[in-house]
Amino acid sequence: MSDVDIPVPRASVFAGLRLTKTAIVAGAVLLLWVFLAILGPTLAPHGEAEIISTKTFAPIGEGGWLGTDKLGRDVFSRLLYGVRTTLLLALITTVIAFAAGVTLGFAAAILRGWFDIIISRIVEAFMAFPSTLLALVVIGALGTSITVLVLTVGLVLSTGVFRVSRALGMDIGVMDFVEAARARGEGAWWILSREVLPNAMAPLIAEFGLRFTFSILFLSGLSFLGLGVQEPDADWGLMVQENIGGLFLGSSAALIPAACIASLTICMNLLVDWFQQRQQGETVLEKIDQ
Amino acid sequence: MTDIFSITDLQVQGRPPGGQYVPIVNGVSFSVKKGEVVALIGESGSGKSTISLAAMGFARPGCRISGGKVVLNGRDIMALAPQERHVLRGREVAYVAQSAAASFNPAIRIGKQVIEAPLWHGTADAMTAGNTALDLYRKLDLPDPENIGARFPHQVSGGQLQRLMAAMAMSCGPDLLILDEPTTALDVTTQIEVLKAFKDIIREQGTAAIYVTHDLSVVAQMADRILVLKDGAVVEMGDTDQIIHAPQHAYTKTLMDAVTPAERPEHLPAANPEIILSARNITAGYGAVTILRDVSVDVPKGTVVGVIGESGCGKSTLARIIAGLTPTREGETCIAGKSVAPAVGDRDKATLRDCQIVFQMADTALNPRMRIRDLLGRPLQFYHGLTGKAQAARVAELLTLVDLPPEFASRFPGELSGGQKQRVNLARALAADPKVILCDEVTSALDTVVAAGVIALLNDLKDRLGISFMFISHDLSTVSSFADDVVVLYAGRVVEKGPAKAVFQPPWHPYTKLLLASVPEMRQGWLEGVAETAEAQAAGAGGVDLGAKGCPFANRCAHLIKGTCDTTVPPMRVLENRLAIACHLQPDTLPGARDRS
Repeated sequence: MSDVDIPVPRASVFAGLRLTKTAIVAGAVLLLWVFLAILGPTLAPHGEAEIISTKTFAPIGEGGWLGTDKLGRDVFSRLLYGVRTTLLLALITTVIAFAAGVTLGFAAAILRGWFDIIISRIVEAFMAFPSTLLALVVIGALGTSITVLVLTVGLVLSTGVFRVSRALGMDIGVMDFVEAARARGEGAWWILSREVLPNAMAPLIAEFGLRFTFSILFLSGLSFLGLGVQEPDADWGLMVQENIGGLFLGSSAALIPAACIASLTICMNLLVDWFQQRQQGETVLEKIDQ
Repeated sequence: MTDIFSITDLQVQGRPPGGQYVPIVNGVSFSVKKGEVVALIGESGSGKSTISLAAMGFARPGCRISGGKVVLNGRDIMALAPQERHVLRGREVAYVAQSAAASFNPAIRIGKQVIEAPLWHGTADAMTAGNTALDLYRKLDLPDPENIGARFPHQVSGGQLQRLMAAMAMSCGPDLLILDEPTTALDVTTQIEVLKAFKDIIREQGTAAIYVTHDLSVVAQMADRILVLKDGAVVEMGDTDQIIHAPQHAYTKTLMDAVTPAERPEHLPAANPEIILSARNITAGYGAVTILRDVSVDVPKGTVVGVIGESGCGKSTLARIIAGLTPTREGETCIAGKSVAPAVGDRDKATLRDCQIVFQMADTALNPRMRIRDLLGRPLQFYHGLTGKAQAARVAELLTLVDLPPEFASRFPGELSGGQKQRVNLARALAADPKVILCDEVTSALDTVVAAGVIALLNDLKDRLGISFMFISHDLSTVSSFADDVVVLYAGRVVEKGPAKAVFQPPWHPYTKLLLASVPEMRQGWLEGVAETAEAQAAGAGGVDLGAKGCPFANRCAHLIKGTCDTTVPPMRVLENRLAIACHLQPDTLPGARDRS
């Protein structure tokens, strides 16, 4: 502990972020996808469901830039439309999962007692089902609409968020400054929102990034099973499913959206890794060979 | 004799994440001869641990050894490759860390961990190493040496674990032993046996040792030579005798002054003082374990009641019960004359305001994401409805009250030093305008000089604002310099209570006597003398027993009356001058009673 402030040289905002090369590449790829999600439809040469060629599963360069799919639609245009659906749905579901999971998780950690027991047992019951199976049952019973899809995936993801935030809340909840607030007579809401939450932000942000990739994969998986986004809307997972038959004909129409999903999730993971490393201080990795 | 180890012009640099390297250790040189113990002494941040790690050629992550020579047995450690240094460690130089509990793997039996180094280095097979270990257990006075290796770390006491860690370090027969604050985490009564064991084994094996500590009186027992460090540089170096009796440097003198508390005038209580805080017949526990049994403490207005006890005696639990954070099984708490609800949630604001609690760890008691202004502003708003300018003005006032500049309001706790944080902590309690403040080990995490400053501040606040304190501590010298009344807790029961002067003078409860005798004195040879006394021998025989039967101290007492002490709960006898002692011994046979008459 020192009273002397050690000056940290700060050339610009970017220097302050202490970006690594990996983080710059991952961040650039993600920014590109976000940019395309906003502007994609205006940049797309053809319509979302417009059939441009009678030739189905046309190879790259024929028909469109990236060929055509099973109905002769432009793969490139559908990719540009699909990125919006994929990103937006993933974002909404993750936000829902966090709103529910963090609130209940922290509340359980702070209130303890019967509230914790009931909520925890319900969450465990949900977690006992394989998540895909659970989603299949719910969507199967309630029908395939976007609302049902989003709520179901949000619910499934929120169980994991609940466990993480409950553990975080338990850790922070026994720290002396929370005890001090309790001794002062503060209510549960103050403790949750002012004492616990600000100190849980860093791990929660990292968790958000990870859940976001889970959500993309999960939604793509559901689309692939035919329970997610429905044709003629474009979605990357759906595109893989539609064009899977083309694989045997030598078409890349299924591989391109699959590669896009991979780029999205991998870059998100890399960015989360960078963030966590930065939080812990990158020096941890420096002297490992001593 | 020749130097076995030497450091010449050592430079160590460290940096915060993303920041620039700044020097931590600046040009330190010293050497250690065979069989010699050299102590590094200094406050936290003085670089003493960094130097001790550099002695093994190691720097913590974020640090680097940027210059100087570290020579062990004639070889420059810094010139070696990392792999060659691995071979050295454990075999030629060994390290004993501060917390043995954190250094042992809880899932592996102790014996297996102790002989890990010889097996790894290939210096012995399991059989020979096991025999060496057994020999070491005996030399370190460990109970039941044949079987202790088969236990798990949680099955032995803290003092025993620290000695086992020494056995682990000695298992390869190193030439240099580094002890980094090995007894700081231990209770005083346990510290004696560990220090004694360390000293004996170092002498017997003729090992050179570097002993790192902040405690001058411990150093007086252990070291042949002392290096006094400040801000990564040596301010004074000399023989133990010279440093203790004739310190040359001003900083060494400050250190010495801080450990010898000033005499203070006796506090004369009012004839019939109003009782501000009263805990009556408190019994409490966690699950099946009972932590406190029938404990009663009164805090009269304007006085300081010190609660003394070693770890696990229930003193922090008592504070938490009074604050309403821990439920009780029996008993009641009265604040300002009225009985209050046991749970904090059921108390009204006025009651909450009257009694404030200050926690031990200043680092964790302040929300790191709030500015000082908000930390102090919240109780002002919560209890007094102060907002805006009035609040800001009062925050500035409070900061001035605890001797901090008002500009600190805009800082985060992370930008403050340990002592400053503890002052903010106090200011937060004062913000409520309480009648009584519960101080739970508020100075134990602070450096001696800083702690002395905090105590002076508490004394000042008591006189100026008329606040009462319940001052919980394991540190007898702090309590004796501050408290008016003292309560001695052992294994969850009050063994002695009364005015501070009477408690610290004979007659004593046998435990109080042991406790007082265990505080290291600033003279060489004290350790040998005290370790031989009947009290210390008896105390080393048993562990703390939380059982309900008889006197809790019976299994460690030198004055045990067989058939009485282990079966019947001792009566609380009130002697002259409000002094009360819970013991089966008749008042005139209590330890020290005869010497007095």
